[in-house]
Amino acid sequence: MGFFLETLIGGLMSGVLYSLVALGFVLIFKASGVFNFAQGAMVLFAALAMARFSEWFPELLKFDNKLLANLLAFAAALAVMVLVAWLIEKLVLGRLVNQEGITLLMATLGITYFLDGFGQTIFGSSIYKIDIGLPKDPLFLLDGVFQGGLLVNKEDLFAAGIAAALVVGLSIFFQYTGTGRALRAVADDHQAAQSIGIPLSRVWVIVWSVAGFTALVAGIIWGSKLGVQFSLSLLALKALPVVILGGLTSVPGAIIGGLILGVGEKLSEVFIGPHIGGGIEIWFGYVLVLFVLLVRPQGLFGEKIIDRV
Amino acid sequence: MLYRENGQFKTSYEADQQIFPILQDRIGIGLLLAFAIVGVPLLADEYLFRAILIPFLILALAAIGLNILVGYCGQISLGTGAFMAVGAYAAYNFLVRIDGMPMIAAILLGGVCATVVGVLFGIPSLRIKGLYLAVATLAAQFFCDWAFLRIKWFTNDSASGSVSVSNLSFLGVAIDTPVEKYLFCLGVVIVFALIAKNLVRSHIGREWMAIRDMDVAAAVIGIRPVYAKLTAFAVSSFMVGVAGALWGFIHLGAWEPAAFSIDRSFQLLFMIIIGGLGSIMGSFFGAAFIVVLPIFLNQALPALGSLFGLEISTALVSHTEFMIFGALIVFFLIVEPHGLARLWSIGKEKMRLWPFPH
Amino acid sequence: MNAIVEPVGSASVPTGDLRRRRQGEVILEVKNISLRFGGVKALTDISFDVREHEVRAIIGPNGAGKSSMLNCINGVYTPQEGTITFRGKTFSHMNSRQVAEMGVARTFQNLALFKGMSVLDNIMSGRNLKMKSGIFQQAIHWGPAAREEREHRAVVERIIDFLEIQAYRKTPVGRLPYGLQKRVDLGRALAMEPQVLLLDEPMAGMNVEEKQDMSRFILDVNDEYGTTIVLIEHDMGVVMDISDRVVVLDYGKKIGDGTPAEVRTNPDVIAAYLGTSH
Repeated sequence: MGFFLETLIGGLMSGVLYSLVALGFVLIFKASGVFNFAQGAMVLFAALAMARFSEWFPELLKFDNKLLANLLAFAAALAVMVLVAWLIEKLVLGRLVNQEGITLLMATLGITYFLDGFGQTIFGSSIYKIDIGLPKDPLFLLDGVFQGGLLVNKEDLFAAGIAAALVVGLSIFFQYTGTGRALRAVADDHQAAQSIGIPLSRVWVIVWSVAGFTALVAGIIWGSKLGVQFSLSLLALKALPVVILGGLTSVPGAIIGGLILGVGEKLSEVFIGPHIGGGIEIWFGYVLVLFVLLVRPQGLFGEKIIDRV
Repeated sequence: MLYRENGQFKTSYEADQQIFPILQDRIGIGLLLAFAIVGVPLLADEYLFRAILIPFLILALAAIGLNILVGYCGQISLGTGAFMAVGAYAAYNFLVRIDGMPMIAAILLGGVCATVVGVLFGIPSLRIKGLYLAVATLAAQFFCDWAFLRIKWFTNDSASGSVSVSNLSFLGVAIDTPVEKYLFCLGVVIVFALIAKNLVRSHIGREWMAIRDMDVAAAVIGIRPVYAKLTAFAVSSFMVGVAGALWGFIHLGAWEPAAFSIDRSFQLLFMIIIGGLGSIMGSFFGAAFIVVLPIFLNQALPALGSLFGLEISTALVSHTEFMIFGALIVFFLIVEPHGLARLWSIGKEKMRLWPFPH
Repeated sequence: MNAIVEPVGSASVPTGDLRRRRQGEVILEVKNISLRFGGVKALTDISFDVREHEVRAIIGPNGAGKSSMLNCINGVYTPQEGTITFRGKTFSHMNSRQVAEMGVARTFQNLALFKGMSVLDNIMSGRNLKMKSGIFQQAIHWGPAAREEREHRAVVERIIDFLEIQAYRKTPVGRLPYGLQKRVDLGRALAMEPQVLLLDEPMAGMNVEEKQDMSRFILDVNDEYGTTIVLIEHDMGVVMDISDRVVVLDYGKKIGDGTPAEVRTNPDVIAAYLGTSH
């Protein structure tokens, strides 16, 4: 029982981490109707920027304070992500207004390849460390009830807290601010939004910047956990089922989807996996999503699609 | 001046409905085929066959298959690598487990297995559309990745999922040398391209396009959505499966599941986007482009670097390839979303008018 | 029967007597159809019938539910209540493909045409129901499939002649002006050799000349092939001229049903279109 709970908690934690990446997808889709395949590459790019900046600033500016280095690096990385957002809007999205979904998807795939190559050209392709002072030691809960207590990773707990804060903040942003409303209008219909005077390019830059910010946070947390390396960009593929489960347009859905996926993955790997060869994590999420979609073609929380003739 | 249909009057529907109704086109294709069958074997060297021509032919076949599904029928599929894998491993099993199985039969049977799997994973398309379908097809990709690695039966109990074939022959003739391999692939691709073209210009092709363009309204004009979507998956998977078997047997000789990973799926998708969705010819263009580009960059970048006195490491070359690749995709999508096939037909339009400007 | 026997010359508009004499039994009947989208009631308790060989118009202000009514008949929408009876067989909901097989064709308000394909291919797609060659035969093409393509091409060419769009047969439909696109839409519906033709605003966006042409085509189809026509139209002049009977809808309810003359003087209809003083 204790083992089951531990696995469950581990699953919840990893689920939250997936949601962090998924949030970026949802944001961009919600606000521009674009399915951003490049989110994973953005996470990697942001993490690389953070890692290298936190190395370079102390060297360049000759100081030794880790906190200051991290703060400066964060600011610089954020600036870089905003710049990336602006460039993407200017060079790619702005020229593909009103194209079909598959064209935009392909364009984001192209951006993925480009960012992957570019990031590694500028920042290098070894494995880098991010250390923002998150405690890495484990926590043992409820050791009165279960022998030895339940093992919980403190780092993951912090990550969960940060993710929760992000979700709440973003939900408020979308529902209650004028900009949020404008974003939702743009997602619904580009042309109509333009016709009532919403500045499309500015909105898109804002959205991609916020997504970049989310990518940066996700990159820092994942990078702190795993080290910053190329495989981070494959997180996008992990986050896709989360996005679909939760529905492409629902911010809370991204969290719930992440939790479901994280728990499902861990539990299935531990309890079912050994019987059929192991390593089923790679497809569990996708097959789960497949079955969910068969029942609800718009995901768990997505909006129902009505076809008009 | 040269490229005009003046004087080419069609007096029967049959003449009007040919694949190449314009005489100049027929001559052009005839010359191209003659060159491909006779000229290339005489002129090309082994490297050209192995690195460019054979991969081009096989991937063009896969691209045609994918184009039928995505370009003509409008169903986004990101799991093509998986269907290639099914074709390859199934063909392998038929060849290895059944004595005296001719290679061509094994390859075709591999295609049939891919068809079955394809139709199975195509069933969700009856309920799920667009982006959601794309993600559902990824389930096929990752599941097959895992299955061929972990389920020992598929790979004849090989530990790492890698298998190999040898002693290939077709109708008694051994297929060993690059020229023989090339000609075999060329034959297969020509047959399948013809079949594909016939299908898309028949009523099943129009059914596919109705699903793509009208979906809900298609049933109203008498299209059967279930039949159309599943046949699209079936035909597409068959061709992709055969291509996978060819890839493993002829091009690689020995392979493992990673040869058919999600990168392969993306590569094929890029081919048909750049080449032109909904165009058989476009599939060839796209395949040529994607096959030649990395090789070109591999040669050109270090050469460029040495011009400037820079030493370009292989890692840097590979990163730059990624960058250029990504940038080119975006460029194409902005400039000509209908791909090289559209550029080609625009070129032909201009040729019709030449030497007049309009 | 509706075999397309010969190309059409210029048929003159038959007099009302001639048409009325030809009208047969009830071929299509909708009873108590109600359709809701969530909280919005698109149709409430609609009942009317359509006689064979007649031209039945459905009119009403925008948003009255006319297209929704056609969509119910076609199986695109499923009504929550009510039945549809076609040639004596009653259904509570229609399956689009079945409806097409039963001989009901339609045009769309927003033109569901293949913009990238030629006029010829678009109309050929209407022949789909009649094309029987299997997928393997089509893959080889030489032989049965090629023969079938030629036969159906001949039929489609006759429709193209009828609609006078020969010059555009190879043009991609997306490049044609709106009026010609509407004709292609009609052509595709005709290619299905329907017994009942549902036309959803076939004259929307046309000028007077184009409307005359389109009216002529519709009446020719009704005349030559005896096709029953159900027509949604806003132009009162056209409706009063060419239709035998008219149904009037307003806010999803039926407010009038009868000959054009009857409907024109119906106070409810006048109120719906012009408003009343209170």
